[in-house]
Amino acid sequence: MSEAILTASGVSKHFGGLTAVDNVDFEVHPGEVVALLGDNGAGKSTLIKCISGVYRPESGTVIFDGADITHQPPADIRSRGIETIYQDLALAENLDVGANVFLGKEVTRRLFGLLPVTDDSYMRQEASGVLDELDIHIPSLTQKLVNLSGGQRQAVAIARAMYWNAQLVIMDEPTAALGVPEQRKVLALIRSLREGNIPVILISHTMHDVMAVADRMVIMRRGRVVADIPRAEATEEIIVRHIVGSAENGENAVMI
Amino acid sequence: MALSTASDKAKRQPIVDARFVEFLTKSWSYLFLLGLVVFFSVTGTGFFSVRNFSSILTTSTLIMLMSIGQTYVVITAGIDLSIGWTVGLSSVTTARVMRDLAAGGADVEYAMLAGVFAGLLVALIPGLVNGLLVARVKVPPFIATLGMFGIVRGAAFLLTDGQQVVRGLSAELREALRGIGNGSLLYHIPDHGLVWFRQPPDLEPTQIRQVSQLLPYPVLITALVVIVFAFILARTKFGRHTYVIGGSEEAARRSGINVDRHLIIIYVICGFTAGIAGVLHLFRFTAGAPQAGEAALLSSVAAVVIGGTNLFGGEGDIMGAVVGSLIIAVLQTGLVILNIDSIWQFIVVGVVIIIAVLVNQLQSALERLQSNV
Repeated sequence: MSEAILTASGVSKHFGGLTAVDNVDFEVHPGEVVALLGDNGAGKSTLIKCISGVYRPESGTVIFDGADITHQPPADIRSRGIETIYQDLALAENLDVGANVFLGKEVTRRLFGLLPVTDDSYMRQEASGVLDELDIHIPSLTQKLVNLSGGQRQAVAIARAMYWNAQLVIMDEPTAALGVPEQRKVLALIRSLREGNIPVILISHTMHDVMAVADRMVIMRRGRVVADIPRAEATEEIIVRHIVGSAENGENAVMI
Repeated sequence: MALSTASDKAKRQPIVDARFVEFLTKSWSYLFLLGLVVFFSVTGTGFFSVRNFSSILTTSTLIMLMSIGQTYVVITAGIDLSIGWTVGLSSVTTARVMRDLAAGGADVEYAMLAGVFAGLLVALIPGLVNGLLVARVKVPPFIATLGMFGIVRGAAFLLTDGQQVVRGLSAELREALRGIGNGSLLYHIPDHGLVWFRQPPDLEPTQIRQVSQLLPYPVLITALVVIVFAFILARTKFGRHTYVIGGSEEAARRSGINVDRHLIIIYVICGFTAGIAGVLHLFRFTAGAPQAGEAALLSSVAAVVIGGTNLFGGEGDIMGAVVGSLIIAVLQTGLVILNIDSIWQFIVVGVVIIIAVLVNQLQSALERLQSNV
């Protein structure tokens, strides 16, 4: 397998007396979809936030694309190409697709060579280009996002990450709020990211999604990585057993 | 198969044409304004005249100026309750500075300029404090600006020593103020035709009553402010960020927009347009009055809402506030001309506000309906 693009080694993070992430090693390779699994409180989100810079790990290092990003601020990490798409998507639903792809980075032109105005047609065109690349169809680009479906909004968030040259996309429960056809679309998007050689870290509770797109399953429990299973060897049963902890404790342990 | 297709079609057939509803919800306030003008023109003698229209426009400037800044604030899902007294504070400050400078022997022009400058500057202070409280201390806008409502009110009355007006403006100063506040760039006078800048001093009383102001200065000044702030909101990056914050403050923060700084600037803008309103009020009435904008505060919020700006943020524009202000001014004048007790104006405006909110909800319901198809 190719050199890892992201390597987290020995990462720990405590909150008071609670060890949320405990000496975790975690790798992502180019063009790979890694599912990060675990029960609530297993440490998935904390680990992700240590990578995206939201939290500062107390020990360990995070190397991305050859550079140590362990204690860099979130904005710097984003500008290096790690895009996190949270469940709430961080979109302005009162604005159109173009405005959202360029949120906070609006392109302006000079009106009469003097007054700087937002160049809406350019932004719409660029947005349309990246949507086409991802094979996303949105009926009208002048529509406000509030008029789009949940899957289309998710697609806009992904398109935005793509447009700004994401090198690694982290997605937190991307299908949680969607209907079945929409879920399929989002999974197809994840596949097309992989085809573009862009790795994805997928946090999900939905076993079906994970089995459908992930190349590798990393399972966390009580702050530690307890299993790292390639897709070929994974079955739902094995995964669930690792998640609830019965794989460590033996077949007969009953978890309540 | 054929049956199910037919029933599907029947289900999707909207009750009313969606485009028609969209047109109605977007432009009902314009149509309503037009309807009011037509109604009063037909029923009220003297309503349909250049003279009256110019007076309506002049009347509307106070509310309109306040509603410009208010629109920015409301788009960010805030509200500014303090601007009514900011108008007064600005009016009083301007009057005092002019009076004292003129009394100290300064030129009238210089005293006026310095007064205007002071009046605009002082209006930025409550705006700045509001902005700091809302953005940095996270005080809800309603509470922060309600507190400022009391503080600014007190400050304005302190500056008049508790009086209803600033006393002691010289006759010369008042004449100069009136020249702008009640003046016009262009007059139409029977037998004289069009006259620029100044009404001829040698008119008969009967002629004076027939003079029409075609371009009153307060209207021109307000129009300029409308254009500048409408442009900023609709076309610039600053305006776009205002909508982003109104849509999702979280999204704005994550996309790197400096939300705190932006909110502070917006409350300062709100104070600024109220300051212009205060200065203009002084020019029109030649009396610095603490309560100059008191009654106009809720009207300015009403104008914003009637104009289609969503109180929950993210939606609205300056033209809506302009139309809303005009609706209120037309109602005020029209009801007087019809000889209806002006108290009715409150009731009618109240009803119009409720209609505005209902229409807004209809629009949201329609949007939901469309997105579910």
